[in-house]
Amino acid sequence: MDNPDSLYEGRLVRLGPLDHEKDPPVVARWTHDPLLRSVLAGVARPLSPEAVRKLLERVEKQMEETKNLFHFTLRLRSDNRLVGLARIFWIDFHNGTGVLNLGIGDASDRRHGYGSDALDLLLRFAFDELNLHRLSVWPGADNLPFIQMVGKAGFEEEARRREASFHDGRYWDVLHLGLLRLKWEKKT
Amino acid sequence: MSAGLFEGQLVRLSSEDPQTLAQAFARWNQNSEYFRLLDSDPAHLWSANKFKEFLEKDLESSLPANLLFSIRTLDADKLIGFIALDGINWTDRDSYVAIGIGEPDFWGRGCGTDAMRLMLRYAFTELNLHRISLNVYAYNQRGIRSYEKCGFKHEGCIREFVLRDGRRSDMLHMGILRSEWELQSN
Repeated sequence: MDNPDSLYEGRLVRLGPLDHEKDPPVVARWTHDPLLRSVLAGVARPLSPEAVRKLLERVEKQMEETKNLFHFTLRLRSDNRLVGLARIFWIDFHNGTGVLNLGIGDASDRRHGYGSDALDLLLRFAFDELNLHRLSVWPGADNLPFIQMVGKAGFEEEARRREASFHDGRYWDVLHLGLLRLKWEKKT
Repeated sequence: MSAGLFEGQLVRLSSEDPQTLAQAFARWNQNSEYFRLLDSDPAHLWSANKFKEFLEKDLESSLPANLLFSIRTLDADKLIGFIALDGINWTDRDSYVAIGIGEPDFWGRGCGTDAMRLMLRYAFTELNLHRISLNVYAYNQRGIRSYEKCGFKHEGCIREFVLRDGRRSDMLHMGILRSEWELQSN
């Protein structure tokens, strides 16, 4: 567990598999927070623990069948508590591209550095394990904490899809930021 | 006007039996230049039967996320390509559009531009969408010019996105808002 070379162990958090018994009630609570719509279902929608259990089973089935999705749970190293979810999806091994998303579930767990710590692990996984050439993120332009976090990791804005998202009664731009392998290698 | 919704200056948007379109797809995709303009997947030589399966699966969903039209010329009623709203996001009222002119004899003759204009009108006036998005590879200059003519604006450049013949190429994002489309069509 404390192997410093592990792909899955950060300073504060670790990347882990789903726990189909214990995770659904926690994730069901998170589905009540519209801020997490992009990490969970796309449209904010409260789900019961049973519905979440089925959703997470589908995610794992999709991982197995499509081979272009890697889904992770983010857990605290100190007590193994589930604090967030992350995935690398739309992986195209032929061109070496993929898209990353991650979210910290409870508001009280945000701004503790868990996201940045997990991001470092996910970047290493994308570039050193999946051997990707580049990675994208697609945050809403209003998601400033996420944009700042990926900016520190080296992501640069590549496109701004104007008014491509609608929530809270108005349209918002959606950004496309990218990180190339070469830049990540220089930083690490 | 209602019949005119699907009729342009050079082409009309139509619907085909899966068998007809599947045979055309199988033939068009044997042209690797065409495929590389169209898609970042590795070039595939699917059979007509497999294309038919893909097309029939699309017909099954009730609230469609994809709407596919064939493109036929007005003068000779020749099937020359397809255009599709590919991934309609009904809550954000945004959709990607994909277009392919499979008959190379009809490249550079305005048929794709005409079909795209019809699709934009359909998307904005019939489906009430708010914006239409597309991706195009930087080496597809003919495509880019056509989309600019239709009113699409450049929204950014995804660096080194496709790997072809050992060289990396960028992919461009383009988009048009309903308000921009209304201004240019009045």
